Amino acid sequence: MAMLHIVNKSVFERGTLDSCLKSSLSGSSILFIEDAVVSAVNNTAVSDKIKAELSSKNFYVLTPDLNARGFTDADLIEGIKGVDYAGFVDLVADNSNVQSWL
Amino acid sequence: MDGEGQTKKFMFVNRKVPYGTVYALESLEVVLISAAFDQDVSLAFVDDGVYQLKNGQSTDGIGMKNFSPTYKALGDYDINKLYVEKESLEERGLSLDDLMELTYEDEDDDWAEKTSIILVSREELAEVMDQQDVLISS
Repeated sequence: MAMLHIVNKSVFERGTLDSCLKSSLSGSSILFIEDAVVSAVNNTAVSDKIKAELSSKNFYVLTPDLNARGFTDADLIEGIKGVDYAGFVDLVADNSNVQSWL
Repeated sequence: MDGEGQTKKFMFVNRKVPYGTVYALESLEVVLISAAFDQDVSLAFVDDGVYQLKNGQSTDGIGMKNFSPTYKALGDYDINKLYVEKESLEERGLSLDDLMELTYEDEDDDWAEKTSIILVSREELAEVMDQQDVLISS
């Protein structure tokens, strides 16, 4: 069983995503919520950094938070999955532990 | 001491993604209040602040009020200088086409509808900031 990492701050404003990417093991899952959803949008200055980890980790975005900021799942980096609140609960239930990167 | 009726240049600088924190909404509230005081008001959208003007915001799923339409009302309050930093847009893969259409009616030009958005480079924005009397950051 793997760990779920939850990131809630924009990658452009805080270093929490970088820390999370460095500290998380292969096979773990990373979920972007709140202001962090902008980090998962394609064609940004940081999208290559996330693309480099797509083969070893699972990436998710909370779609309601993404929609609030004017983006849809179609704007995400390919390979990142949008989840609703029920999907959020499933991720918490399906992983052995959760770490929040505040 | 400042004389009565003196007009000062106020710039409100926005650097945060909306909804995750209250900064964007609070700043917008203060901007609307400032409109009542007949000052020379402008706004700057820098870093993650450019997301505040992103088109297509839909907050149905998060149970919060979508306050983005309020930016469209600023033109009616004679607030029509919305500086958007080019580099901030580019770093985020955005262009002017991704932002809301924000306009005002120019009373000096037969009420012609004009855009309120002024695209500036980081360097140009630094110059505009340098000309302000008061900078309010959020």
